[in-house]
Amino acid sequence: MSDKRRSLREAIAEQVHDGDTIALGLALESGIPFAAVHEIIRQQRRDLTLVGPISDMAFDQMIAAGTVAKVIAAWVGNVAGGSGYGFRRAYEQGQPRRIVMEDHSNFSVGLALKAAAMGLPFLPTFTGLGGDIVRGHPRIRPVDDPFGGPTLLAVGALRPDIAIVHVQRADPQGNAHLWGNLGLTVEAAYAARRTIVICEEVVPEAVIRSDPNRTVIPGFLVTALVEEPGGALPSSVQGYWRRDFAPFLAYHQLSRTLDGFQSWLREWVLDLPDRPAYLRHMGEAAVERLRVTDRRLAAEANFAP
Amino acid sequence: MTSRYTRRELMVVAAAREIRDHEVVFVGMRLPLLGFGLAKATHAPDAVGLFENGVIRDRPAEAFIYTMGDPPNIVGAVACLGLLDVMSLLQQGRVDVGFIGGAEVDPLGNLNTTRTSSSGALVRLPGSGGAGDIASLAGRTVLIMEHQPRRFRERVDYVTSPGHFPGRRRGGPATLITTLGVFDLSSGRVRAASLHPGVTPQQVREATGFPIAIDDHTPATATPSADELAYIRHADPEGFWTGDSMKTG
Repeated sequence: MSDKRRSLREAIAEQVHDGDTIALGLALESGIPFAAVHEIIRQQRRDLTLVGPISDMAFDQMIAAGTVAKVIAAWVGNVAGGSGYGFRRAYEQGQPRRIVMEDHSNFSVGLALKAAAMGLPFLPTFTGLGGDIVRGHPRIRPVDDPFGGPTLLAVGALRPDIAIVHVQRADPQGNAHLWGNLGLTVEAAYAARRTIVICEEVVPEAVIRSDPNRTVIPGFLVTALVEEPGGALPSSVQGYWRRDFAPFLAYHQLSRTLDGFQSWLREWVLDLPDRPAYLRHMGEAAVERLRVTDRRLAAEANFAP
Repeated sequence: MTSRYTRRELMVVAAAREIRDHEVVFVGMRLPLLGFGLAKATHAPDAVGLFENGVIRDRPAEAFIYTMGDPPNIVGAVACLGLLDVMSLLQQGRVDVGFIGGAEVDPLGNLNTTRTSSSGALVRLPGSGGAGDIASLAGRTVLIMEHQPRRFRERVDYVTSPGHFPGRRRGGPATLITTLGVFDLSSGRVRAASLHPGVTPQQVREATGFPIAIDDHTPATATPSADELAYIRHADPEGFWTGDSMKTG
């Protein structure tokens, strides 16, 4: 198999196009590919559709930067602060542009991805009955149970053009190990036409093959592999990075106004060429405070035949 | 003896009392997370907690967490799975109780976290997250709210998390814990079960945007014991979730 390694700039330039449907932030609050989010903004992609369960700050940044036409998600905001002001300005006032919102619950957006991952047109569920999310929903409709049970809801398949995921390690072919909470990472990578895997470190093939149960994305589904240590900061990566709480609160305060957002955008995205520059801008002491140096190793698992 | 405690610490204790031993709990963040830990440490040692990011825990995290994805919530977990795994358990009926909150609530226990025009202009709220799923599928739900007139509506603008409705398969809102009291929602209307110490029926009526019946003999919410307070302050040492200026007791 071919070596799929690219720089983040190359991966976004080659794989992410105007108008694409992009799934990201799939593990929920951890492993959010912020470096990729910022590179997409720098490369000025337009008319994107974002897909995810909850989105902690990443969708808000992309919406406020004007890259987004539509959001398909269960929650858009800032987990530390609540509201996402960029999302609100776009939805309420059309600033910097109007967006279309396809509201979901976490379960229904997961089922939409799972249906695509399974090659099915829809999956049935009971979630959402009696509520307003499913009323007149473009992707959720009542469906009869062919076995005579009560009426369910059918959630139509959602196939992203691309999924962007952040994992701990992968081999050069993109076989990816991820541990900790998985959220919808697996469903999105299986459903998407293309997948960019961003990892903390590229490791030899033998490391991945020593523990195949930990491989959540097989490399043949991966179209580009990027080694970008710290690429998920300020979100956490189990065993590598603690969550950096302060930037979530700082962004929440600054993004209350369009001017505040613009100053944040210049300082942390537009005036920086890449993620290593972002880490330098944070300062070495700040970065090192977040780096996990303790060891809590899993017990060995014997795979001997 | 009574220690001084905050209104939010009282709410954590009330949340913990909603969890019975051996129950499977869909845990939210903030106060319910602390309530789950407190229940485990006191009367419900065999309760199991599910988190929507896929984490299953039967003991609280060893360090303070801001979000369910924070590294201490992974360490020592029973299992780390996917969102659909825990949602499947929820849909199957394996979850006894789930905790949810919202910007607005109505007498049927409908919660709105999607959009509202209650103040005139349209305000977009973040959305459902997993709350709509918990409301739809848990064996019963416990709602946690700030008690303010603009949040207690005769009818919410948008039903993100459905309350009681005809044809509901199972569950529905059982209890509403607010900054003023604990309310029984199981009958499809709001009945005061207890008012927090120092809160008068008149205060509750004024803070509720719909008529509410409060018996003159409504008891006071049981106050936190020293052990309960010790646990909460161990779990939230900075008072990040439980600190407030309303010192009582």
